[in-house]
Amino acid sequence: MPRVQLREIAHARSGDKGDCANIGLIARCPKDYPALVKQVTAERVKEHFRELCRGRVERFELPNLNALNFLLYEALDGGGTVSLRTDAQGKTLSAALLRMEIEI
Amino acid sequence: MIRIANAQGFWGDSLEAPLEQLRGGPIDYLTLDYLAEVTMSILQKQYARDPQAGYARDFPQMIERGAKEIVQRGVKVVANAGGVNPETCGEAVAAALARAGYPGRRKIGVVTGDNILDRLDDLVARGIELRNIDTGEPLASVRERVRSANAYLGAFPIAEALGQGAQIVVTGRCSDVALSLGPSIYEFGWQRDDWDRLAAGVVGGHVIECGAQATGGNCQVDWETIPDLAGIGYPILEAEADGRFAITKHPGTGGRVTVAGVTEQLVYEIGDPRAYITPDVVADFTTIQLKQAGPDRVQFGGIEGRPATDFYKVSISYSAGFKAAGTMTYGWPDAYKKAKMADRILRIRLERLGLRFDAIHSEYVGANACHGDMLSGEPSPNLAEVTLRVGVRGSDPAAIERFTREIAPLALNGPPVVTYPASGKPKVEEIVAYWPALIPKSEVQPRVRVREA
Repeated sequence: MPRVQLREIAHARSGDKGDCANIGLIARCPKDYPALVKQVTAERVKEHFRELCRGRVERFELPNLNALNFLLYEALDGGGTVSLRTDAQGKTLSAALLRMEIEI
Repeated sequence: MIRIANAQGFWGDSLEAPLEQLRGGPIDYLTLDYLAEVTMSILQKQYARDPQAGYARDFPQMIERGAKEIVQRGVKVVANAGGVNPETCGEAVAAALARAGYPGRRKIGVVTGDNILDRLDDLVARGIELRNIDTGEPLASVRERVRSANAYLGAFPIAEALGQGAQIVVTGRCSDVALSLGPSIYEFGWQRDDWDRLAAGVVGGHVIECGAQATGGNCQVDWETIPDLAGIGYPILEAEADGRFAITKHPGTGGRVTVAGVTEQLVYEIGDPRAYITPDVVADFTTIQLKQAGPDRVQFGGIEGRPATDFYKVSISYSAGFKAAGTMTYGWPDAYKKAKMADRILRIRLERLGLRFDAIHSEYVGANACHGDMLSGEPSPNLAEVTLRVGVRGSDPAAIERFTREIAPLALNGPPVVTYPASGKPKVEEIVAYWPALIPKSEVQPRVRVREA
């Protein structure tokens, strides 16, 4: 099966709540949503972000929007004002997730 | 149907957007969100120095600039600009209207009761521990260092102020979505247990609360072809009494309102989508149905909600040490290698000085700062430049201050092809951290006061 980078079939937006980052991942076409549900698991996302995210990853499904929501705990070096990172609020993590490859 | 226009996604957002929303076409309400999580601590600090300060000064200035449209067209304005001093903010708004030539003709509503800073010890003494939602720690562990404490109030006090005839409503801390939900509650007579309608108002508020992020700003889909981002229109919520609503923007403005862009905003900064908790209702984002209903127009329906919880969320800020970050920029060739070496040198020097930090963090801007080196891959030796950015954090301001003096010397005594900001050494900043907690609703009494300006 051909592998594609998520950026080809999905888009995303990310933000913060304290030290927890959220990434909303949305299929561009409804037909690709089942592949996201099946392959972009919480475990895979945790593995993908193991350098940045020290806590667990939780996943929620929004089939009505062809979207998944991920919560990445302890992912922002303390969060907002505490963090020493350039991206202290996790705004670019959306695109970082889109680097992941899945099979279509 | 009522048209609610948002023109401020955070304090620091466009100063022109409120005027463009007022002038670009018909609207009934203008909402402005000024308060981020840490804004309250800054305002509390200003208030401690000056009892006439502690609110968003941008707001009365905006009222003065937009007074003509607001008064002549009867647009109502709702803003959380009150910060820790909503009463004084209300007075400043009255003065702004008078300066613009409209004295004594407008009713201004002020919502207070969110500020619980003076009551913290009493609350804790009575067993309301205000434990950190994320870590479970009791507030006692940071009590001495607390700077501000505010409950997120709901939308009903805003509706009450509008019901008493207020044309401009100023609040302290309230939920972001309350600014637009309040007008719908007032206009349509929604009741406290109209869970589905309240949830619809919450979803609409969530979409517009971040301003142009709903109209093509920050949108990943076809971003290069989104028309006229320079003149981007801010979002307008067209709300119906039965809870259905559409998101659109003024005709002739830039940007784009699409299902794709609005969906990005819907999933922005949410947790469990089945339980988006607000003071007024728990909204279920998995019930939202979207439809592109025309150019720059997305229709919402099907939204369901469940009863609100018995708690308000409380936002507490506290002093949590100090930090500083400095940068040096290295040029081609091997810019990344040079920056890496500079970082090693800097760390050895900090170590020899015996400086202790809670954290030291190095980034290579241009190579891998945002996504980390694992995801970004090996940087090319041909990068035109890489900026080394080193940050430190700790409880001893003297150690942080000493760190800031170790960056600039690298310009002369480290790897070659280096340049650095003309602004000089980095600034030591106090860290004001955020402590989210819950408080029983029975402990907080929102107050509404409406008076003639």
